[in-house]
Amino acid sequence: MAGSESYPDDLRYHPEHDWARVDGDEAVMGITWYAQDSLGELVLFDGPEVGATLTKDEAYAEVESVKAVSDVIAPLSGEVLEVNQKAVDEPETVNEDPYGEGWLVRIRISAPGEVEALLDAGAYRAHIAEL
Amino acid sequence: MELIFEKSQPGRRAGRVPSYDLPVPEIPAELRRETPPRLPEVPENEIVRHFTELADRNFGIDTGFYPLGSCTMKYNPRVNERVVGLPGFRDLHPLQEDEGAQGALELMWELQEILAEVAGLPAVTLQPAAGSQGELTGLMLMRAAFADRGEHGRNVIITADTAHGTNPASVTMAGFELAKVATTDRGNLDLDDLRGKVDDRTAGLMLTNPSTLGLFDEGIEEVAEVFHSRGALLYYDGANLNAVVGRSRPGDMGFDIVHYNLHKTFSQPHGGGGPGGGPVAVRAELEPFLPAPVVVRDGDAFRLDHDRPRSIGRVRGFAGPFGVFVRSYAFMRAYGAALREMSDAAVLNANYLLARLKDVYDLPYDRLCMHEFVLSARSLKREHGVTALDVAKRLMDHGIHPPTIYFPLVVSEALMIEPTETETKERLDEFVDAMRSIAAEAATDPETLKGAPHTRPVRRLDEVKAAKEPVVRYAFEQPGAAATIESR
Amino acid sequence: MSTAGYLSLTAADRDAMLEAIGVDSIDDLFEQIPVGVRFARELDVPEALPEASLVRRLEELAARNADTSRELSFLGMGIYDHYVPAIVDTFLSRGEFLTAYTPYQPEMSQGVLQSIFEYQTAICELTAMDVSNASGYDGTTVAADACLIARHATGRSKVVLAEALSPQVRQVVKTYAPGFGMEVVEVPHDEGATDPAALGAAAQDAAAVVFQQPNVFGCLERAPALAAAAADAGALPVAHVDLASLGLLEAPGSYGCAMAIGEGQSIGNHQSYGGPHYGFLAARNEFIRRMPGRIVGETTDLEGRRGFVLTLQTREQHIRREKATSNMTTNQTLLALAGLITLCWLGPEGLRELGETCTALAAYAKERVGLPVAFDRPHFKEVAFRTPIPAREVVARAREHGVHPGYPLGRDYPGLDDVLLVAFTEKRTPADVDRLAEVLAEVCG
Repeated sequence: MAGSESYPDDLRYHPEHDWARVDGDEAVMGITWYAQDSLGELVLFDGPEVGATLTKDEAYAEVESVKAVSDVIAPLSGEVLEVNQKAVDEPETVNEDPYGEGWLVRIRISAPGEVEALLDAGAYRAHIAEL
Repeated sequence: MELIFEKSQPGRRAGRVPSYDLPVPEIPAELRRETPPRLPEVPENEIVRHFTELADRNFGIDTGFYPLGSCTMKYNPRVNERVVGLPGFRDLHPLQEDEGAQGALELMWELQEILAEVAGLPAVTLQPAAGSQGELTGLMLMRAAFADRGEHGRNVIITADTAHGTNPASVTMAGFELAKVATTDRGNLDLDDLRGKVDDRTAGLMLTNPSTLGLFDEGIEEVAEVFHSRGALLYYDGANLNAVVGRSRPGDMGFDIVHYNLHKTFSQPHGGGGPGGGPVAVRAELEPFLPAPVVVRDGDAFRLDHDRPRSIGRVRGFAGPFGVFVRSYAFMRAYGAALREMSDAAVLNANYLLARLKDVYDLPYDRLCMHEFVLSARSLKREHGVTALDVAKRLMDHGIHPPTIYFPLVVSEALMIEPTETETKERLDEFVDAMRSIAAEAATDPETLKGAPHTRPVRRLDEVKAAKEPVVRYAFEQPGAAATIESR
Repeated sequence: MSTAGYLSLTAADRDAMLEAIGVDSIDDLFEQIPVGVRFARELDVPEALPEASLVRRLEELAARNADTSRELSFLGMGIYDHYVPAIVDTFLSRGEFLTAYTPYQPEMSQGVLQSIFEYQTAICELTAMDVSNASGYDGTTVAADACLIARHATGRSKVVLAEALSPQVRQVVKTYAPGFGMEVVEVPHDEGATDPAALGAAAQDAAAVVFQQPNVFGCLERAPALAAAAADAGALPVAHVDLASLGLLEAPGSYGCAMAIGEGQSIGNHQSYGGPHYGFLAARNEFIRRMPGRIVGETTDLEGRRGFVLTLQTREQHIRREKATSNMTTNQTLLALAGLITLCWLGPEGLRELGETCTALAAYAKERVGLPVAFDRPHFKEVAFRTPIPAREVVARAREHGVHPGYPLGRDYPGLDDVLLVAFTEKRTPADVDRLAEVLAEVCG
């Protein structure tokens, strides 16, 4: 199972427990340590198709554990360039390494201005402390 | 233990079927079964031992206390099993002419009358097979009523955030859109939130009252007014009716449609998952839309009325789960008007448990409860890493079935406890002692708790493995399993 | 305090409990109910009866029913008077099965869970499918379930029902259809059976095609051809079958069906005026995540022992809520357990013999009953006879002789007012058939 709780400083966060690693006009996205811990060991990642259009704040995928299912909310809008096949084949990877090998999708960002509205690690930590 | 299929030996058998020495006609070759099904080949005494062992590995109300919240696990009187087995009921064909089924029809008619009185609504269909099908039926009735009024734009059903999962699932199955209303910190519907959500697109509300938190909605009259003043309807999910029989009636609260769970309030045994019964009662205006057939009385005779041109149609076969009706009717006749005392005792028992447990578990809504209440293991988790699941598993070692856990979703680490009316005070005290000793153990020996149960036929099971690589039938690979029959 | 009905608290209990709660009276507990919606009077319901009187009242009611122990009955049409083995009654009255609920806590429920796993195995084996759920409500609602699976799996919104499929099954699908956004098309029968070409034509753009084998008239459909016609049109073939026939008739999975459904009553359940019984729903593996209801899976415990759990629960309403595959919660487990026990009791030989006896009795009746058959086709256990006077009249007159001769099909099929559907189970004997023939001759003569 997962390592210890962490929220890397180089990521931006969405309050629905999703992260984005922005690199130029692309971003890699996934779910946070808090999200995978709340769900428990994942048994299914039902991702979007390559080429799909994501809209910020809307669900683009589902993740399932044994006793919970959760929409994955897009922190940014864009077009899906790649879906992490390892997360599809071995969804527990998301638990084991949520910010590394357990990333979910890579997108081309369509509204760069949205990045600024996301939380930084400190603000996200404060957010989950209130839950 | 072995599966019955693993006990199979070719050539063994239990039952014998009469043959009458008649010639058997040839089945056309392309329709004939060539490979026999690999059913178990086991003698009758071994079948009996197999299912006896399985029974021994299961826990029912007859085994011990079963405070599974929201499921109303009350005593199932054995006389009900006796009467349901009377040949006049058990061996009656559902397509028998009405004239040959007068006793069955009278029973159903009388059951309808009692249910109507309990709900405070005049018209009843017994047809739905369970509460969830009652919900679906109720939503179809709403659709039919609005179509009849020409109000085709009413597509939204509002549910509480505390609702059973069946409510939103039924909304989708009936083709409606879902909107959710929040709950206040007293556990009532948030009227301000509600007023902003009800408009001319609203078909109605689905509400459990008392709620899944075990709390009666103190603003129910205002809630009803919000919906009725905008032409929408109110649906009462009768899952928690056991709290209020003879104390308050859904029809008087303002609800237009009600379903009952006969397997909860009126003691149809739960059978390891079913059967149930989900009759629906409605206001007079909605009566024409009820599923066909309904039981009607003409003087001293009773009949099934199939001629219902405005009906939503049929939701299940025949007139409903009749055996369930016999048991619930017998249960109601054992109480008469003392059904109110049934609810009184259910509410007293729940409040007693609440009073004796609230100092050791978190109580998210600190008010008197109705027939059930929700505690939280939040503090145990924070302080000792012991979760609601651990508490549940440890209760098994005390010979008690765990409460419902992790529901409702608005409470973290929820433990939803419903003792029902039939328990003695001594049983309730045993439960209190068990719950208090577990809370103490969380501090002194959390590892024992996390490893529980220690006394059941199996330890905790790997549910991740079951979900990832589903094995949902026997594979017939092990030796001894009908090896002579070729696999398909 | 009252000890009415099945209550147990004494006055001393009540007082101690109220004191612990910190209120003075039971009424105080109900103060949270607004005054305006409190129920002030006594319930107006029939008076309470002690157990002996209660039994007497129920016996009186039961005595006014013409059950199959009092009338020689040939009624079928979906519910059949097959023999229910004694051991079914033995285990259905075991409190550990009878008074348990859904096995949410597997360590408390291995008995029910393993039973369901064995039931699923037996249903898959009989139907030649990969996965079965733990039961549906009955043989009608599982048809609606199958249509919804097909709707989602294919993205198509039309379903095709053979008219030779039970009218009640069709009615229930039509009731559910608007909520599913589904259109229902029916294909007329051709002289008592479904024409594969007509079915195939209707199946264009359809999600599913549902037909019944043996069909509602008791006739054997050319089921492999029907399944092929559906599949050729891209629709999922769904067979509605009688478990009691599957020792003799080919399994739906072996002739290309995507799903097999049906009413389980004929295996292990009493007639009980129409319920409770169990519906079964089995499918090919590809549909497993779209199945409604409970499914039990095998796993291991902490010590490596085999055990069983409810699995793939994220399909279900308590987790997926408005996106669930179904709203189903309570199912028909106890009745399905009766089915499993009966299948174990029969075994493969017994199930085949059961089918043979029924079909042999029906063939014997074709010879003995002096009425023409309505449809000249191979049958299983029911035969439709043409009557010289309206079939309803035949039923009324025959019942005066203590024989219920069957179901007048005109109730459901306009134009078949002179057709009587007669069912033969292994509980009827050749002498019973002789008696039927005699009475029919008299009332039709």
